[in-house]
Amino acid sequence: MTEINPEPVDQTTPVEPAPNRIWSTTGRLVVVFLVVGLIALLAWGLVQAEKTPLEEGMAPDFTLTSFDGRTYTLSDLRGNVVIINFWASWCPPCREEAAYLERTWRKYKDKGVIFIGVDYADAEKPALAYIDEFDITYFNGPDLGTRISQSYNIKGVPETYYVAKDGTLRGNHIGPLFEPELDNRIDELLSEPYTK
Amino acid sequence: MTKNKFLLLVLFAALASLFITAKVYAQDPAPTPASATVPSDNEVNLVAKKLYCPVCPNTPLDVCETQACKDWRAQIRDQLASGWTEKEVMDYFVTQYGERVLAEPERGGFTSLVWMLPLLIVALGLVFVGLVLKSWRASRLSRPLVQTESQTGTGIPKQILDKIEAEIRKVD
Amino acid sequence: MIPDIGLIALIIAFGLSVYATLLSVNGGMSKRPDWVASARNAVVAVFALLTISVLSVVYSLNALDFSQAYVADVSSRAMSPFLRITALWGGQQGSVLFWAWLMAGFVAVVVIRKWDADRELMPYVMFVAMLTTTFFVGVVVFITNPFTKMWLVPGAQDLVIAIFQPLNGQQYIPADGSGLNPLLRHFGMIGHPPTTYLGFTGFVIPFSFAIAALMKNDTSSDQWIRTVRRWTLVAWIFLSIGLILGGRWAYDVLGWGGFWGWDPVENAMLMPWLTGTAFLHSVMMTEKRGMLKKWNILLIILTYSLSLFGTFITRTGVIGSVHAFSKTALGPAFLIFISITFLGAMTLLMMRWSSLKAEHELESLFSREAAFVLQNMLFLAITIAVLWGTVFPLITELFTNTKITVGPPYFKKVTGPMFLALITLMGITPMLAWRRQAVNKLLSRLAVPLSGALIMAVARALINPKSPAISLFSIAMVTFVTISILAEFWRGTQIRMSTRGENPFTALIKLVINNRRRFGGYIIHLGVIMIALGFIGDAFYKQETQGTLSAGESLTIGEYSLRFDGLEGYMGSDGREIVEASTVLFKDGQQVKVLKPRRDYFVVQQQPVSIAGVYSTAGEDVYILLVGWESISNQSSTFKIYVNPLINWVWIGGFVLALGVLIGTWSQARGRSEATYSLKNQPEDGAVPAPAAAPSIGD
Repeated sequence: MTEINPEPVDQTTPVEPAPNRIWSTTGRLVVVFLVVGLIALLAWGLVQAEKTPLEEGMAPDFTLTSFDGRTYTLSDLRGNVVIINFWASWCPPCREEAAYLERTWRKYKDKGVIFIGVDYADAEKPALAYIDEFDITYFNGPDLGTRISQSYNIKGVPETYYVAKDGTLRGNHIGPLFEPELDNRIDELLSEPYTK
Repeated sequence: MTKNKFLLLVLFAALASLFITAKVYAQDPAPTPASATVPSDNEVNLVAKKLYCPVCPNTPLDVCETQACKDWRAQIRDQLASGWTEKEVMDYFVTQYGERVLAEPERGGFTSLVWMLPLLIVALGLVFVGLVLKSWRASRLSRPLVQTESQTGTGIPKQILDKIEAEIRKVD
Repeated sequence: MIPDIGLIALIIAFGLSVYATLLSVNGGMSKRPDWVASARNAVVAVFALLTISVLSVVYSLNALDFSQAYVADVSSRAMSPFLRITALWGGQQGSVLFWAWLMAGFVAVVVIRKWDADRELMPYVMFVAMLTTTFFVGVVVFITNPFTKMWLVPGAQDLVIAIFQPLNGQQYIPADGSGLNPLLRHFGMIGHPPTTYLGFTGFVIPFSFAIAALMKNDTSSDQWIRTVRRWTLVAWIFLSIGLILGGRWAYDVLGWGGFWGWDPVENAMLMPWLTGTAFLHSVMMTEKRGMLKKWNILLIILTYSLSLFGTFITRTGVIGSVHAFSKTALGPAFLIFISITFLGAMTLLMMRWSSLKAEHELESLFSREAAFVLQNMLFLAITIAVLWGTVFPLITELFTNTKITVGPPYFKKVTGPMFLALITLMGITPMLAWRRQAVNKLLSRLAVPLSGALIMAVARALINPKSPAISLFSIAMVTFVTISILAEFWRGTQIRMSTRGENPFTALIKLVINNRRRFGGYIIHLGVIMIALGFIGDAFYKQETQGTLSAGESLTIGEYSLRFDGLEGYMGSDGREIVEASTVLFKDGQQVKVLKPRRDYFVVQQQPVSIAGVYSTAGEDVYILLVGWESISNQSSTFKIYVNPLINWVWIGGFVLALGVLIGTWSQARGRSEATYSLKNQPEDGAVPAPAAAPSIGD
């Protein structure tokens, strides 16, 4: 049915007008640019999605205002061992470690150790009730805009990050902490020498 | 010919008006005025609907059944009870949990891009379609017209009907 | 033993896929029919081997062979044999195998059928299709192998998942499996993945034909475009059904009273559907008028790439979604594959650009051609808007380091008006003739549907004065299209009755039977209109309320009220704790139904699932959720009630859509539509008019 043209080229209209051709060249460039851009974006997204919680390097700096209005900045705490704990009142495993964290804090609070509780995506009322319930006395504040948790790439709560006296990260713990892991890590970090 | 163009214009105008009506619709009803009484579930859900659960993947806050979401809805209830407006509650959520809690991206700043591109695409698309059709017409006009449509009234004569019938049968 | 057979079959299948890929293209280029024939046999063998592989997994799932990691992951003793079999696509490994098998099935069917029409093209078609299949079989073998076992290895914290025994490893066989995700234990989820996969994988055939035609530079013949149209329809209808089943699943299981949430994964399915639909229309321009060749190929490439993109989003955590599978090495492999596919195809298209010259002539701006172009533009614009909204959170995160959500409001506001414009075109376009439409004739034909539309809109505005303007416009347009489609049936029936003296019923049946493609198309349009009704109801007339009730109290919404009678807790058969409320629904004071909304808690998976109590009528659904309770003894429970108008039309529309496709493709199954409709080179007199253009003849 269909006629096969031996030379289809002859059938076509002659030369396209010049502006048209320029348009199609720019058009092609734009298309290529957009497609490559999209692929690059997806590749970046893939890298982001595969990121694991931070373990080493300088601990990302942050300033946290506590529920009772005090403000701490991580970089001001050089010389101290800092334990950053991400938690939330709605997270059942957090409750498993809460008492142990507080106990450890009381044990070390006069020995150059600072605990920072970062309350991740939580409502204030249940958060305060949680602090009350476990009689938590270390510094605790809400992670406004979840910026801190993003900078540490947390994957969930609870997660605990160990910061040495010089402000570098020394690993993390995913999931609830149980005795004596935290004590051991703190002792280890405290024993490191530190000079300004 | 001009009549056709006019009608086409009307068609485009009708399409354009769709977007305008959509915009009118997009303006949400005014938030319910805060009252001193405890807000009802429906009042809470009205606000929660515009928010996303900050920790669950892609789940609106009004339908999310995790403990965290229940806490947030309770928080909204408390805030509404103490006289906060819907806007204030939503702003609080953005400060606390980041922009991702907004179901609808903000229309200012970087996220306004999400709204602008589709409009741009439609505009460009219409221009493109216009140009393409024009160029096709131009290539048509360079050749003689083959046939113009015959215009018959509503009373179709029998033989034409037969012909239609025959042709319909032939092709299928 | 059985799993070993499956594994061996899988590995041989991979080898043969590679063989078929290489041999087909070589055979095609060096004109060696024996090589091509061998490749063809290999394709069939690949499908047979993958079938064995799939059957062996199904066997293990059903026999609860927990030595298999996949079985332990998705099957469990508490599940019924039927659910155990559906667990084949309930997890990552099984579903990729299933996917590869379906794709191999499509390719096998294409190579088995008679080659006469596309003999020259087939080696290349086979090459492109098998290249893709090889990738997927390769993924099954190397990345998501479903035949792995679990091993206890001294020193390792977790179980080691591997096919072969690691050093000092000791095999671990759990006593029971964790079982299928509770959310997937639903008939919609049982039918949704296979149909969606059939849709996604089916697009490989049109894609292969298009690429093969480009490779061979076979653009003078339009034969392949007809083959492609048919295969696209096959894939398209599966994808359509898949989308609807997915919607049904979301409605029944996710417990938010809706069926379409504009989630990234849903969008990922919608995008190839949109471009595929655009193609099914634009291909008519090529068939009837020889126009839009490049555009068609572009749409095929886009459709296939978007279906790969959809799989990519579903399978990797790139864009957060409720549906995403867990992460594996699949992501990078997939991204590379998509990039190669898309860039390769686009490069090829650009290389052949100038030889794809179609004859574009437009007699009048007031013609079906112009309407088709506008409609195609709208489909593409919606696709771009959906794609943009889907990836925009990534863009924001990249440039401003802020995570954002692009939720339903964006998609509704942006795509809603464009969909409405499409529906409007759906009503007008069939009335337009190819080439040129006499304006006065059109106006006279528009008169009835437009007045009907006006009446409906005014009626609606009177019933509900607060209706937003756009909802009235939507209703008007839906009415307009419905009347104009029905008018086509009426006109045709009238003609047959007066020329043949047939009774109305015979006339209608014969009209449809003798013009299957055209009236099949109209029936599909009617199905789409029904689905649109569901969306309109959801967008503008949905109501909801929530309240806490003690036993005996009632909650009212509109003309309905719900009385709560009591709460009951018991254990389900497959490891779920059930809390069920007894409620009675009243309409205008009359009892209409006893409903038992419940909340099931799956103990092992620690996952709650809400099962709504639904009172369903053609007009609306009353959808009741049990959202909370204080305790069984207290008897005070919280309910959420949705009134979802017109929602059932989405499902009915799905059936009508499928029916339309069946009718429309039936004639092609008999091979009669192989006829070429070429209006362009023939004088009008002796021309065979295109069926869809038939109405224009009478004008």
